[in-house]
Amino acid sequence: MSLTVIPKSSAAQREKIVNFLLGASVIVAFLVAWELVGSLALVNPLFTSAPSRVLKAGLILIQDGTLFQHLAVSGTEFLLGYGAAIVVGFPVGIMLGWFKGINASFGPFIAAMQATPRIALMPLFIIWFGLGITSKIVVVALSAIFPLIVNLQVAMSTIDADLVRVARSYGATRWQIFRSVALPTSVPFLITGLRLAAGRGLLGVIVAEVFGGSQGIGYMIQYAGATFQTDKVFAGVLLVAATGITLDFTLERLGRHYDRWRGESAVH
Amino acid sequence: MPSSNVDKNIKSSRVATPVVRINSAERPASVVTLPVTAPAPKPADREIKLSVKDLVIGYLDKKSGHTAVAVDRVKFDIREGEFVTIVGLSGCGKSTFLNAIAGLVQHQHGEIRVSGKVVSGPGTDRAMVFQKASLLPWRRVGRNITYGLELSGMKPDEAREKASYYVNLIRLNGFEHHYPHQLSGGMQQRVNLARALACDPEVLLLDEPFAALDAITRELMQQELLELCEKVGKTVLMVTHQIDEAVLLSDRVIVFSARPAHVLADVRIPIPRPRRGEIKETEEFRGLVHQIWSIIEGNANVGGGI
Repeated sequence: MSLTVIPKSSAAQREKIVNFLLGASVIVAFLVAWELVGSLALVNPLFTSAPSRVLKAGLILIQDGTLFQHLAVSGTEFLLGYGAAIVVGFPVGIMLGWFKGINASFGPFIAAMQATPRIALMPLFIIWFGLGITSKIVVVALSAIFPLIVNLQVAMSTIDADLVRVARSYGATRWQIFRSVALPTSVPFLITGLRLAAGRGLLGVIVAEVFGGSQGIGYMIQYAGATFQTDKVFAGVLLVAATGITLDFTLERLGRHYDRWRGESAVH
Repeated sequence: MPSSNVDKNIKSSRVATPVVRINSAERPASVVTLPVTAPAPKPADREIKLSVKDLVIGYLDKKSGHTAVAVDRVKFDIREGEFVTIVGLSGCGKSTFLNAIAGLVQHQHGEIRVSGKVVSGPGTDRAMVFQKASLLPWRRVGRNITYGLELSGMKPDEAREKASYYVNLIRLNGFEHHYPHQLSGGMQQRVNLARALACDPEVLLLDEPFAALDAITRELMQQELLELCEKVGKTVLMVTHQIDEAVLLSDRVIVFSARPAHVLADVRIPIPRPRRGEIKETEEFRGLVHQIWSIIEGNANVGGGI
C-alpha cells in the first residue's frame, strides 16, 4: 500500500520521555526526603522508618522465609475468593442483565447486599467459619463479587438493539443472539469488573487478616505495627501495593487485547 | 430517523417540481404512453416470489393505549427477479410493512407468502438490509459477511466458501480482515448488503439502505446496487423516501398513502435495462419522478399527512 505513514514525531517522543522523568523525579524526591527525615534525626525513625530500613526489613523477611509463609496464605485466600467471585458473579451478573424477571426479583436484594459493608460482617464470618482461611475467603469473595455482577448487568443493558434486530431477522434463536451479540458485548465490562474486583478482593484479604487471624500479610502488618516494627509494616504495605498494581496492569493489558476491534488502540 | 432529514428530502423534491412541471406539461402524466424501446424487462408469467394479501398491521400506541392501524389492507405480488420499491412519506408505515415481510413484526390480518409458503416469522428465505449497517464491531468483515449463514448453522469455513461469490461481486475482497470501524460508511453498507446476499435469500429486503449515507456515496451506491441487481437478478423489495432512487432501481414503484398505509398506485418503470445513472437526466425519468411525486403530494394534501 502506498499509504503515507507519518513517523512518530520526535517532539511527541521527547514529550513522553519528559513526562516519564517528571513522574519518576517526584517519586525519587519523596524517597530521598523520607530517607533524610530519618537519617538527619528530624523524626525518630521508629515512627517513620526509611526506604533503606524498609528494604533491609524486606530482605530479612525474605531470608528467614516468613514473608513467603504469609504470602502463601494470603495468596491462597485471594485466589480462592477471587475465583469463587468470578465463577458465581459472571453468570449471576449475566442472568440479572439478560432475564428481566430475574432482575426484577433479585435486583433489589443484590443492591441491598452491595450496600452492606462486607468487612463489618467479619465478626460473623469468624463465628461461622473460624479464624482460619475460610472466613477470609468468604470476605474476599463477597468483596469481589459485586463489581463483577454490576458490570455484567450493565453490559447486558448496553447491547445494541440494532444488532439484536439484525440477528433476529436472520432467524437467530435467543441462545444464538446471546452467544453472538451479548457475550462479546460483555467482554470489556467483564475486564473492568475483574479490575475492580481484584482491588476489592486484595483489600478484603488484608483487612480480614488484620481483623483476626494468625497468618497472612495482613496479620504480619498488624503484628508488626502492634510491636512498633514500622520497617516491617512498610515492607508489607509496599508488597500489597505492588501486587495490586501488577494485577491491575495485567488485567488492563488483557482488556486492551480483547478491545482491539474498537480501534483507538488498534494493534495489528 | 431524524425528521429533519426527511423534510430536506421533501423540500428538495419540491424545489425540483417546477422543472418537472415544464416537462409534464408537454406530455400526459400516464406512464403507459411512454415509448418502450426494449422488451418488457420482467415477463408477467414468471413465478410469484412474494405475495401479500390484504395485510393489516396494527400497533399499540403506548401514549393513548389504543391500537392504531399502521398498514391497512395492502395487497400486491412480486414476481421472480423483479425489483419493487415502496415509496411514501416518512412515518407512513412502509418500514413497518417491510419489517412484517421480514417476520419481525406480527400482522393482524391477511397473509404473506414467499414462494408460496406462508410467512410467520423470520426465515432464511428472506434477508434484510437495514438502514444502519449494524455490523458486529468485534468481528472482522469476513465473519460479518458470513454471520447470517453461521446463524443458520453453517460452519465458518463453509460459510466463507459460499459467501466468496458475493464478496467478489461487491468488491470486498482484500477487506475481509478489516474491522468495521476501519471502513467508511459506504463500505460498511456494502458489507451489510453482502451479508444479506450471502444467505442467497428468495427475496432481498432493503430498508432505506442508503439513507444514512452522504449524497455522493449514496449516488455511487445506487449505481452499484443497480449493476449488482442486473447481474444477479434477485427479487428485491426496497423501501425508500427518495423517489429518484426508486425510479432508477425499480421495475415497479408502489406508492403508499399517509398512515394508515394503503397502496395508492403501482407504477411500472418501463426504462429498459441495463440502466446507468445517466438516465436520471432524461425526460422520461423526470416524468416518472414527477408522476410519483404528484401522487404522494396529492395524498398528503388531502389527508393532511405532513
